[in-house]
Amino acid sequence: MNPTATHPAAQFDIQRVRADFPILNELVHGKPLIYLDNAATSQKPNPVIKALDEYYRRYNSNIHRGVHALAERATEAYESSRRKIARYLNAPNQHEIIFTRGTTESINLVASSYATSVLKPGDEVLITWLEHHSNIVPWQIACEKTGAVLKVVPINERGEVEPDQFEAMLSERTKIVAFAHISNALGTINPVREFTEMAHRAGAVVIIDGAQAAPHMRVDVQAIGCDFYALSGHKMFGPTGIGVLWGRTSLLDKMPPYQGGGDMIQSVTFEKTVYNDLPYKFEAGTPHIAGGIGLGAAVDYLDALDAEGIMAHEHDLTRYATEQLSQIEGLRLIGTAANKVSVLSFTLEGIHPYDMAPVLDHEGVAVRTGHHCAQPVMDRYQIPATVRASIAFYNTRQDIDALVAALAKVQRMFSGL
Amino acid sequence: MTHQTDVTIEELIENFEFLGDWEQRFTYLLDLGKKLPPMPPEDCNEQTRVHGCQATVYLKERVINNGDTRIEFDATADAFLVNGLIAILRIIYNAKTPQQILDTDIQGILKQLDLEEHLSPTRRNGLHSMVKRIQSLAAAHQ
Repeated sequence: MNPTATHPAAQFDIQRVRADFPILNELVHGKPLIYLDNAATSQKPNPVIKALDEYYRRYNSNIHRGVHALAERATEAYESSRRKIARYLNAPNQHEIIFTRGTTESINLVASSYATSVLKPGDEVLITWLEHHSNIVPWQIACEKTGAVLKVVPINERGEVEPDQFEAMLSERTKIVAFAHISNALGTINPVREFTEMAHRAGAVVIIDGAQAAPHMRVDVQAIGCDFYALSGHKMFGPTGIGVLWGRTSLLDKMPPYQGGGDMIQSVTFEKTVYNDLPYKFEAGTPHIAGGIGLGAAVDYLDALDAEGIMAHEHDLTRYATEQLSQIEGLRLIGTAANKVSVLSFTLEGIHPYDMAPVLDHEGVAVRTGHHCAQPVMDRYQIPATVRASIAFYNTRQDIDALVAALAKVQRMFSGL
Repeated sequence: MTHQTDVTIEELIENFEFLGDWEQRFTYLLDLGKKLPPMPPEDCNEQTRVHGCQATVYLKERVINNGDTRIEFDATADAFLVNGLIAILRIIYNAKTPQQILDTDIQGILKQLDLEEHLSPTRRNGLHSMVKRIQSLAAAHQ
């Protein structure tokens, strides 16, 4: 925990990586941008911006049904993204990669299509106290429709889901278990493999909200062993409005379509419609073609980076930030899990997070304040909101120092109140 | 509890103009919030809660019948800055008749105060929620 100790992150060429992200040179209120809101959305590297630009500039066209050169090129680029993502997640089959608008839609797809067709009254859906609203509300809706019951595994004071408590809440009634890989509000990394094994032993199907994990680590869906994995492109350096649901073929095949429309059918008559094969069965209408292609570019970009170097760098930054913030009088860190990364959620005694936000903003520091779409987490700690600083691999110790300096200014400005 | 504010809206606009930079205005706003009279805890309940603000805000009207009907507002928030905004709304609206409240060009005044520029969109929504509550209370007493 010594911030001056040498660490593997020292080998990670941070300046070269930062040069790939043009937005990091922006000035905010006349000050250099210190972007620490990565859990909300990440910034985009040049190759992603270029891929979007090139698609619209050179081969914009609808996919899958065109017979001309541009349509073929667009289809190939879009489908090649699917292949890249399948490989990146170590999915056994590329047709298991369903493009969605993001994690929220991916979870809604499973909750709407899978959950409502299998759940019966008295069945249980198990989630954890750490979940983002998008991994709570779709299950509430599915339970309301089916008469199933939503159960919630509590967290401890550090913000961890304890494996024995998790296991204790599983039973033969548990049909679906949904949990975050990494908590967006606290940064806690859940033991996803262990939880998946436990849930499978109880006979439940497992869906993991990977929105916060994909930007920070290599995700291997086969190694985890889960049944569905959801992620958002915009949080992993890709465009907004595109995300992925990975699911097992055996489950996806049995699921009814989520939305009806073009591209998801083989044949339509007024009497009967035959649905298309995977993945198209779940991709009704013209998709976000540019987004899919941009996400492929983001995956290529991540693939070329040193994944271990990134993780070491982010863990080092998280440790450094934890130490620096802990030295601030009156600062309370919310979420101190033994295994956490990238998120520093905190309150300052006597100063509402919303009062801190404008001061931090005018110092060029971009953070998030609020309940982070995780109101139950805030209730657990009996606080209305936190300030959340969240790190990406392009952040530096100087960024953390700037945050600490801005917080000192907050304290000066509010000291007389 | 004092219902008098010692600053008029004209003076407020002038003060904001005089305070050049953001930091001075922000501090002034906090100062206004600090002087806000406290709201009795029993008045802070679900009925008086203003949703749509990121901070927790309670707002209650008091009707004064002295020949004509005038309305005064008490409000409180758990954030200093929001208390500052409440103080400004009190200066703008307090002790007016329901019709005067509804006729007030609130957007124009806020624009003159140049507040909008200093508020994030979410905070603007919060301010708007308080204004809407005040307007609907005024309409109910018309």
